[in-house]
Amino acid sequence: MVTPGADGRFGEFGGRFVPETLIPACQELEVAFVDAWADPSFRKELDDVLHEYAGRPSNITECHNLSDQLGIRLILKREDLNHTGSHKINNVIGQTLLAKRMGKKRIVAETGAGQHGVASATAAALMGLECKVYMGAVDVARQELNVFRMKLLGSEVEAVTSGSQTLKDAVNEAMRDWVATVESTHYCLGSVMGPHPYPFMVRQFHRVIGDEAYVQCNDLLGTTPDFVVACVGGGSNAMGIFSGFVDSPARLIGVEPAGGAAVGRGQPGVVHGMKSYLMQDEHGQVAEAHSISAGLDYPGVGPEHSYLASIGRSEYPTVTDDEVISAFQVMSRAEGIIPALECAHAMAWIIREAPKMQGKTVLMNLSGRGDKDVGQMMNILGGV
Amino acid sequence: MSGRLETALRARIDAGGKCLVPYITGGYPGWVESIRACAANGADAVEIGIPFSDPVMDGPIIQQASQVSLDAGTTPISILHEVRTLDVGIPLAVMCYYNTVFHAGEKRFASDLAAAGISAAIVPDLPLEESGPWTAAADEAGIETVMLAAPTAPDERLPRITERARGFVYSVGLLGVTGERSSLAGTATALAARVKNVTTKPVLVGVGVSNAEQAVEASRVADGVIMGASVVRRMIEGGPDAVGAYIREVREALDTAQW
Repeated sequence: MVTPGADGRFGEFGGRFVPETLIPACQELEVAFVDAWADPSFRKELDDVLHEYAGRPSNITECHNLSDQLGIRLILKREDLNHTGSHKINNVIGQTLLAKRMGKKRIVAETGAGQHGVASATAAALMGLECKVYMGAVDVARQELNVFRMKLLGSEVEAVTSGSQTLKDAVNEAMRDWVATVESTHYCLGSVMGPHPYPFMVRQFHRVIGDEAYVQCNDLLGTTPDFVVACVGGGSNAMGIFSGFVDSPARLIGVEPAGGAAVGRGQPGVVHGMKSYLMQDEHGQVAEAHSISAGLDYPGVGPEHSYLASIGRSEYPTVTDDEVISAFQVMSRAEGIIPALECAHAMAWIIREAPKMQGKTVLMNLSGRGDKDVGQMMNILGGV
Repeated sequence: MSGRLETALRARIDAGGKCLVPYITGGYPGWVESIRACAANGADAVEIGIPFSDPVMDGPIIQQASQVSLDAGTTPISILHEVRTLDVGIPLAVMCYYNTVFHAGEKRFASDLAAAGISAAIVPDLPLEESGPWTAAADEAGIETVMLAAPTAPDERLPRITERARGFVYSVGLLGVTGERSSLAGTATALAARVKNVTTKPVLVGVGVSNAEQAVEASRVADGVIMGASVVRRMIEGGPDAVGAYIREVREALDTAQW
């Protein structure tokens, strides 16, 4: 694993491209994180909350039915079973503990599907912090249950009406809030993206996924899996599980939506504080992503993914919305597990590629449960 | 050696005056005439915004103008093409986000600016630590890179920023994004004074300087002001004539104030 130096780089990617106002805050956060991460009492508090409150460690589940159908050995890492229903809780518990340690009273967060927003609102309630979540107006409409959850948890939710009104615009608005409130507020960024130290810090908070899975796979298989597969929007759940296997022989597969393929179809660019692969037009304007999944509707990707892709360590294929809709149903019926639409991307790739992986072991990160997507899928499928 | 922008600002300052630099969103309907109106009514330089899809330092008014401009098909190339034909007799700077520079390539972008007759560039999401590749290309092409100083900067950081600044030092008036405010933030003059303490370069206050009265207040400490949202709002509501009248009003307030 790469530990970025003072320049915040993973190879040529990463960095800290933010307004001057935020530079001292990023520097302060970097120092505070490095200090906390090296402090056994902080690590113990983090582990205790993750265990007692969030339910870690999460299980792995061997999918016998799908394995039989597909001719592979499919194992799920069950981040869907965490409190709040996704992997996002790992990061927000880490960041809110850190925010309290830094004396901040308030957090702001962006959210796409609402999973990071709900996790942030949850952790804020637990820790006694004020919380405001920015969410694109398009996403507010398609994820109304999560909007209500955040409000129920005591957070304010602001619908962002600028630009494409999705995740990237929610990030812009959260950053604008932070520029104005930086002295009292911590920006609880939800993925392995943004200015240094966020990509590194968020990966460290999520590497528990990969570290657990590595040991669990060793216990079950006696070896590492042949493939480790996860969906990629900003890329936090994928970086989390990849972290456990980067130094193993496993092939690392990050599945992007066809309409939001930053690595697959983007080129290096700079937005949201980082240099990374980015979907953009010929003049450098950031393109709008289009995906059935609000959580993957993001034109950029975390810089460590760009780095891993650039050195050939991980691969970033795409799947279409139609493949995702099909995989969502296949998994539900075969295993009795309704996946989040985001994770259905990973499932869709596995289903499509299974003929080329016969007899192989495949570990998939089931990063979230599909409850939040049931209403949207009911509209798409017209009932079942 | 001072560049064209710094030379023009120094001439104003040395004559006992205060500098006025309005911001105009490039590509917005009437933007070229608005720049002419600024020049004709006492602006010392004009900052031309190159619209970007994700302007994180801008509040609602400049976001709106940028979006209208982008929707009309504005590109960095189309703006520079029109700037070539502008002969307004005062220096022009561009304000653009870093991806516009990075995407074009630093050397090529700097050379395009120079060829279009642009004197300076302000890149608000390119802090000191990341600025090396751009400033090297800009220096070589003779483009002055304005650096921003923010109220959050510790004392040890300010001299490093002013040292790297060319043209002038942009002293950020408040914690927040561009936009009009009912009063000038206390941080505006406090930071300007801190910056003035560590540099002899012109120091201009921008972000949150919203009317003639606030321009005078900020200039009691600073060498002048940059005015963005209040100018762009007049361009949106009243076109180039309204911009010209407003610049005239601010110019007169700055010229008649007792310092």
